[in-house]
Amino acid sequence: MQITHILSWLTYLPAALAAALVFFPGGSARALKWFAVLGSTGVFLLSLYPVYHFDPGYGGMQFVEESAWIQAGGYSISHHLGIDGISLFLVALTTFLTPLALLASWNSIAQRLKGFLICMLLLETGMVGVFCALDLVLFYVFWEVMLIPMYFLIGIWGGEHRIYAAVKFILYTMVGSLLMLVAIIYLFLANGGTTFDLLAVYQNLESGRLVLSHRAEFWLFMAFLIAFAIKVPIFPFHTWLPDAHVEAPTAGSVILAGVLLKMGTYGLLRFCLPLFPAAAVAAAPYLSVLGLVGIVYGALVAMVQPDLKKLVAYSSVSHMGLIIVGMFAFTLQGLEGATMQMLNHGLSTGALFLLVGMIYDRRHTRMIANFGGLAHNSPVLAAFFLVVTLSSIGLPGLNGFVGEVLALVGTFLRNRTYAAIAATGMILGAVYMLWMYQRVFLGKVTDPANAAMGDIRSRDRAVLIPIVIMMLWMGVYSAPFLRRMDASLELVQKRVHDARAPEGGYQVRQLKTPAIRKSDGR
Amino acid sequence: MLDYLWLIPLLPLAGSALNGLAGKRLGSSFVTWVGCGSAGLAFLAAAAAVLDLVRAAPQNREVLISYFTWIACGDFVAEAQFLLDPLSGVMILVVTGVGFVIHVYSIGYMHGDGGYYRFFSYMNLFLFAMLVLVMAGNFLMMFVGWEGVGLCSYLLIGYYIDRKSAGDAGKKAFVVNRIGDVGFILGVFLVFATFGSLDFAEVFRQIASAPVRFPAETGVGLLTAIALLLFVGAIGKSAQIPLYVWLPDAMEGPTPVSALIHAATMVTAGVYMVVRCAPIYSRSEAALGVVTVVGILTAWLAATIGLTQTDIKRVLAYSTVSQLGYMFVAAGVTAFSAGIFHLMTHAFFKALLFLGAGSVIHAMGGEQDLTRMGGLRRYAPITYRTMCIAALAISGIFPLAGFFSKDEILFSAWAGGHPVVWAVGLATAGLTAFYMFRLTFLAFHGPERFGDDVRHHLHESPPSMTIPLVILAILATVGGFVGLPPWMGLGPNRFAEFLAPALAHAHRPETHEISHSVEFVFALVSVLAALIGIFLARYMYVGNPAAAGLLAARARGPYTLLYRKYYVDEIYDRLLVNPIVVVSREMLWKGIDVGIVDGTVNGVGASMRVWGGLLKYVQNGLVRSYASWILTGAALLLYYVARMRG
Repeated sequence: MQITHILSWLTYLPAALAAALVFFPGGSARALKWFAVLGSTGVFLLSLYPVYHFDPGYGGMQFVEESAWIQAGGYSISHHLGIDGISLFLVALTTFLTPLALLASWNSIAQRLKGFLICMLLLETGMVGVFCALDLVLFYVFWEVMLIPMYFLIGIWGGEHRIYAAVKFILYTMVGSLLMLVAIIYLFLANGGTTFDLLAVYQNLESGRLVLSHRAEFWLFMAFLIAFAIKVPIFPFHTWLPDAHVEAPTAGSVILAGVLLKMGTYGLLRFCLPLFPAAAVAAAPYLSVLGLVGIVYGALVAMVQPDLKKLVAYSSVSHMGLIIVGMFAFTLQGLEGATMQMLNHGLSTGALFLLVGMIYDRRHTRMIANFGGLAHNSPVLAAFFLVVTLSSIGLPGLNGFVGEVLALVGTFLRNRTYAAIAATGMILGAVYMLWMYQRVFLGKVTDPANAAMGDIRSRDRAVLIPIVIMMLWMGVYSAPFLRRMDASLELVQKRVHDARAPEGGYQVRQLKTPAIRKSDGR
Repeated sequence: MLDYLWLIPLLPLAGSALNGLAGKRLGSSFVTWVGCGSAGLAFLAAAAAVLDLVRAAPQNREVLISYFTWIACGDFVAEAQFLLDPLSGVMILVVTGVGFVIHVYSIGYMHGDGGYYRFFSYMNLFLFAMLVLVMAGNFLMMFVGWEGVGLCSYLLIGYYIDRKSAGDAGKKAFVVNRIGDVGFILGVFLVFATFGSLDFAEVFRQIASAPVRFPAETGVGLLTAIALLLFVGAIGKSAQIPLYVWLPDAMEGPTPVSALIHAATMVTAGVYMVVRCAPIYSRSEAALGVVTVVGILTAWLAATIGLTQTDIKRVLAYSTVSQLGYMFVAAGVTAFSAGIFHLMTHAFFKALLFLGAGSVIHAMGGEQDLTRMGGLRRYAPITYRTMCIAALAISGIFPLAGFFSKDEILFSAWAGGHPVVWAVGLATAGLTAFYMFRLTFLAFHGPERFGDDVRHHLHESPPSMTIPLVILAILATVGGFVGLPPWMGLGPNRFAEFLAPALAHAHRPETHEISHSVEFVFALVSVLAALIGIFLARYMYVGNPAAAGLLAARARGPYTLLYRKYYVDEIYDRLLVNPIVVVSREMLWKGIDVGIVDGTVNGVGASMRVWGGLLKYVQNGLVRSYASWILTGAALLLYYVARMRG
């Protein structure tokens, strides 16, 4: 069976489901929930099609579809979609987590249910769109579209300080994306002012038809970088994250940690590295150091958090730091480890937020000090939590290890000191996760409220079992995942490598005469 | 041949999964059958595999079976594969054999425990991880087992989830091991960066066949770096200085766990790893020196702490640390097969000691304090006799198992030109005999130092516990005969011969023949040192019971220092653990993160508000105010135009 326009289906089907929900009679909450869960499950099943039919040997874009979208005055914005080995699994991760997040919110969202479901489905459209878009404007549109439902998710269904967190989230992200918009327009003009097509920009850069001056490349890189760095978040742009996570509802946190953060690192791989390789090479030492700071600092701050969600949020800072370090080593292992780690972090941190949400639904608190001995009365929850904890700290045999070890060895091949510092994250991760686990689940039950807390039931298990299966699969038999990433990452690596001076080291290439078309009308 | 190799590790894994998922529902007899059955079948499979191996010609005794590609990224390729050669053959026999016996023992020991299914699930999982570790064909697979056993150790130390001390100990074990693991994985990275492969066979072949690639100046430095980084992992896993602190605390776990994981198998993984990497270690004098020094220091230090401890399991824990030190000494003086030999005999007698201690604890209703025991031989005769055999074996009394292995290590140290190491090792052997018989005498001899309530239910353990004791006692007695030394005139050391093919790539230093009579004298001296220790213990704890207390009072300072374990835990807490937590909380989180970074962000927001607050006065809705702004603007414009003109 062949499905044409599969990426359009994946992108817009959730939005269509959301639109259908609008016309749903509001009375039956169960029907609404079933519709959303089953619909998004259908989207997930559909997303297996590209995974299955993906050609691992080809590094370029696959399942490409292109049609004119806006054409005016000599320039065109196209509706251009496609995925490669980098985005393939990120799309699958998005469609995988969305139904699980919806299912996990079954009872916890009582008010404005319909609006919540619509926001979640629109969010899915935005996220899948970001990973598939191959036109700069289209990318930017999806990037912004996704902000709005997230803003509402935090602002309406969030916790006590939800407005503060939502505003902080959106302002922070907007600052970055505005800079990116400016850079997109500059790039468009520099590239001849006719097309926003990303692949065309790639091609012109490669053939030498588009040559960016040293300074232009630097500033463009910086503009994109800041947008993505806030999203990742790279230290010191991370302080929106703990607030957003603490206030967001469970589903919001899952999507935020599981997918939204990946957009930052995805953007770096898709735009910053291939478009501005010389600037990326020049910036690599600084970004690596920021990544290292993130690893150690995020872990140490996570260790002393009294709130479970904040702990997980800071652990994300630590994990994302490793992705940055691995990526900016520019070795195949580093890039692939970083990509793998995006998926792993999506699974493990998404699962952690799901679990914390399940605890919160039962105990109405997230303060670690309020717990203790939960393993007595909730052994199944404790067992799931343990597996996810182990995945998060990179135990071999589970998914986290594969990404971690590749990112680390990739870094090691570039810079041994960086790798040694990054590897301390392995120790610190064990410290804060196991200490947290001990305080929450082990020991005697001292608070009667903890004794009264029930174990998780079948619906929660249905949420967690698929995640655990994926963790085992990706940890034990990683090669099929890695194989599909190989060719695309080799292309990225080649682009970066070509930008390097032949004698090696972090040097910016000698530039030809600046060939930017003077289009500012002077 | 050996198509069934995968069964050996996978059987316990299946048992673990079955018990973990369904054991609670299906009841304890199901758990027993699955738990012990999978361990027993794994032992049978291992025995069959080793038999097959022995039947093959010595040069063909290496089987490597790859099942699928686990990780592949560029040259960084790790297959899921299992290796069987004499070295891993010995290990799988020890792991599954001793493991099975301890599983059977656990039926009685853990009887009636609420987490019975959980216990057996974890124990089986441990067997799986340990078998992966020793059957790994590449460094990354080894790391899977390496961390896997660490996980099981964590789970089983913290098995009694009610106890905070158990949770603390489990976490400590995992974290301290992780410190070692970071060293190990960096060592693996350096291996990969140097040789472009993770496979043992390929790496060792390159080292052995191309000495030119490793010229004296740079090459040995590289090998030394690899060896030392890997050794950091061994220090963590095998509880050597300075990372040994987790092992005594690990005694919080149920006693069968201490016997299997923290005495017989897991803690020896570091020794196994060093021997497996003999081609690397044997080519680096510096690394060998470090291994030897760390080993002998640990052996001595832990033995001295063991002299004063009163918790029966802690005495044994420090003894384990000390004996592991011996094994590293063996590796450090390139007597690799002697190290594995001692690893094996130690597994027998130390497992026996722990199980015996468990039998005592079981009989006394959970009491672990030696000062509240005494006279137990009347109540637990089988335990008493088997414990005596184990104590004699670890002391190195001829002809028990410990004698042969320990003597081979000490003699190798001397023959390798390390007389100081030999002397310290000999003194440690004396200490070992002393603290072992101190334990035996305190527990089983002398007056009964417990109340009637305890005496009332004192009993010998059930057969499921005593039969394993007897089996291990037999092994501790005859286990040494597989490696009779040449001086006995019964031919060459068969154990060393069997291992030889696995160590073929190791660098052999020139050895000068030492006559058999000299070797015999050395053996005599070793036994003498042990006898002195035993008689001293007898004098102090049986003949003259007041002597021990008197000595402790006389030498208050040194005694306290030993009793408080040189204050190492306290020093680590004060210098490392507490400062890190305080700095993280007060400086990093509250100071930098909330204060500076987020303060800046919110500061930008707040300043926007201030600017907005000022600007809002412009838009105040008063016509006269707007008129005055228009006037001001017009005036400024006129002024500007006038200046441009002029």
